Amino acid sequence: MTADQASKRSLQLTSDGQLRHFLTLDGLDRALLTDILDTADSFIEVGERTIKKVPLLRGRTVVNLFFESSTRTRSTFELAAKRLSADVLNLDISTSATSKGESLSDTLLNLEAMASDMFVVRHSQSGAPHFIAESVTPGVAIINAGDGRHAHPTQAMLDMLTIRQHKGGFEGMKVAIVGDVLHSRVARSQIRALNELGAAEVRVIAPGTLLPRDVESLGCTVEYDMRKGMKDLDVVIMLRLQKERMEGALLPSEREFYRLYGLSRDKLALAHPECIVMHPGPINRGVEIESAVADGPQSVILNQVTNGIAIRMAVMSMAMGGRCQNVTRNRPGGIRRDGDQQHRWSIPEDHQWPAFAAWR
Amino acid sequence: MLPGGDELAKASIHIIDGRISAVGEAADAASSDEVFDAAGGIVAPGLVDLCCNLREPGNGQKGNIASETRAAARGGFTTVCASPETSPVNDSGAVTHLIRDVAEARSPIRVLPVGAVTRGLEGELLSDMAGLSAAGCVALGNGRRGVRNARILRRCMAYAKTFGLTVMFSPENQALAADGYAHDGLVASRLGLLGIPEVAETASVMEMLLLAEETGVRLHLSQLSSARSVEMVADARRRGISVTADVAMHQLLFTEDALAGFDSRFHVRPPLRAEADRQALLAGVRDGVIDAIVSQHQPHDSAAKQAPLGATEPGLSTIESTLSMGLMLVSRGELALPALLRSLTAGPAAILGRSASLEAGAVADLCVFDPDATWTPGEDTLVSAGRHAPVLDDAIPGVVKLTLCEGRVAWGTGTG
Repeated sequence: MTADQASKRSLQLTSDGQLRHFLTLDGLDRALLTDILDTADSFIEVGERTIKKVPLLRGRTVVNLFFESSTRTRSTFELAAKRLSADVLNLDISTSATSKGESLSDTLLNLEAMASDMFVVRHSQSGAPHFIAESVTPGVAIINAGDGRHAHPTQAMLDMLTIRQHKGGFEGMKVAIVGDVLHSRVARSQIRALNELGAAEVRVIAPGTLLPRDVESLGCTVEYDMRKGMKDLDVVIMLRLQKERMEGALLPSEREFYRLYGLSRDKLALAHPECIVMHPGPINRGVEIESAVADGPQSVILNQVTNGIAIRMAVMSMAMGGRCQNVTRNRPGGIRRDGDQQHRWSIPEDHQWPAFAAWR
Repeated sequence: MLPGGDELAKASIHIIDGRISAVGEAADAASSDEVFDAAGGIVAPGLVDLCCNLREPGNGQKGNIASETRAAARGGFTTVCASPETSPVNDSGAVTHLIRDVAEARSPIRVLPVGAVTRGLEGELLSDMAGLSAAGCVALGNGRRGVRNARILRRCMAYAKTFGLTVMFSPENQALAADGYAHDGLVASRLGLLGIPEVAETASVMEMLLLAEETGVRLHLSQLSSARSVEMVADARRRGISVTADVAMHQLLFTEDALAGFDSRFHVRPPLRAEADRQALLAGVRDGVIDAIVSQHQPHDSAAKQAPLGATEPGLSTIESTLSMGLMLVSRGELALPALLRSLTAGPAAILGRSASLEAGAVADLCVFDPDATWTPGEDTLVSAGRHAPVLDDAIPGVVKLTLCEGRVAWGTGTG
């Protein structure tokens, strides 16, 4: 384990290995990732009921703290929290307090004063949820909903759940991630998850301008030629490419990108016949992927959306399960609180996680 | 004590009227009004810093001349060069005089202003170099802000050469560095940090060396961070170019790994680079290619560092712990004590056209420290207004017992 992973692990896990925050997949081992997938599996059925709710987070307040706009991710987090019976507050910070000059620390203090239990954070700066996790009082859980170019761990985990559903597991799996790896927090988390869960090979396929320096150090191989890269693939994950990056210094044109790296039927035919096609959305049809492929029989893109809710339910409930009893509201440095107030809720001593079968 | 050479020797030092009057047996024989027993400690010339941000005028919330020079004295420094990055920028004789006047009234040590080489550090118009020099600036530079236009850079050098002034530049190609804030290496790739590639520095070093060669100016390259830069400086020296160089102490001790936990303290510019770079920088100090080690002290208020990494301001508060960090390198066997002290005293002094020695006749700038004693920099115990020290809460070696500037106590008994 690297120093980086060790530091993340210590921040994310309680002393007995329970999830405290969910900031990144770095430092989380295969057993815990599998636990998350298993827990999410148990939640899929909740979405198929008439009354789509379980009382796991009843009375708890979840704040969706989005410093960057997002409809899809925020909606699935909101749905997940509501299906767990939490009270949910959605805050679009990019158009509120911080734009009036308030510091992030002060914004957090105000939100904590509203007795929030969990912040779901999206931010344009890599490491922002990490900073927030170090700043908030110990009783509050932080879930990373995407930070800068760093990580998007719930997206990666819903992708893993989708792969496991369709492929049965990860052993021997050959997976390619195609497109804008440089700017992609999703790709970094996917590479980490696939390696930890035992995939045989993770390839990234992209032009040189869209790859991070020494990208192989993340645990993948590099292929510049998509036609060569498609060979023997079991899973191909297309990345979203923001159109403003298409022209100018990074790429010559949208048309050229699609010609070289867009997933068309003829390129998909080079992969294993049962290769599944994934995309985190929203899709740029005709830029990253041909419509016939996006809507075709090998596409599992809509399954990913469904699985997103289950994964987020799993992570939120596990992070709240990892809360410790009698935590004080003081933390060293930064934001300070008066007194040693006890946290306002606690987990019963005999509570076991995951324990979701009872709600089936 | 270290009598200017490369060996430690045991001796007494006698001081009269701010100068060393005798060393060794002659000092033993002299009578003194006041005696300081330095037994067990090391007496070195006072440390000299080529790059220190004192934050005055204009940034009082981050520190001021009084607080930061007192912190410097605690760190064993007797001379610090004040960066021109003040508000207003030190690009006129009036600001230089202001800095000198405040320093004279409130600083326990010597403050030497560095003037801005371009007006407002904007990199577009030449500053009043003659006026700055006359007001007391010892060199000219552009702080951490580059001169983007090579034609203007060439003119800066040519004009400074007219007055025999040394120019101090931090090499960074701003187009290549862009919005980066971390070394473009393994850690940045893994954490998704915006990288500053090594070539942002080396391309600029090469440009500066070529322009210095052509203009004949005395060029000082400030705060090198990469192995390739050290090679280029060595090559340039062999070709007879008048170039000197320094490195910040934290570059010798830390690498990009310090950012692994998104620790905003280690958001510095140039960024902390790879282990191979650190090793090359150390080798540069050992063999003299790098003439000086600087503190690159940049005190900040807490708000400047209380944000996600990329939104914080660059800089570490280092002036109090620079010597201790150097002694950590000595204890690891990565740097010999004489090379460390040379790089913190005689090396930087020579770049300013001065000397730093313990010989009879020299100005009595002294630093007495116990290399074996340890101390723990804490948020509540640092003298600097900046609380973001790189070695915060660590027990580190080297306690400065006494700092004398021109024979006067700047730090030590009665000053704490």
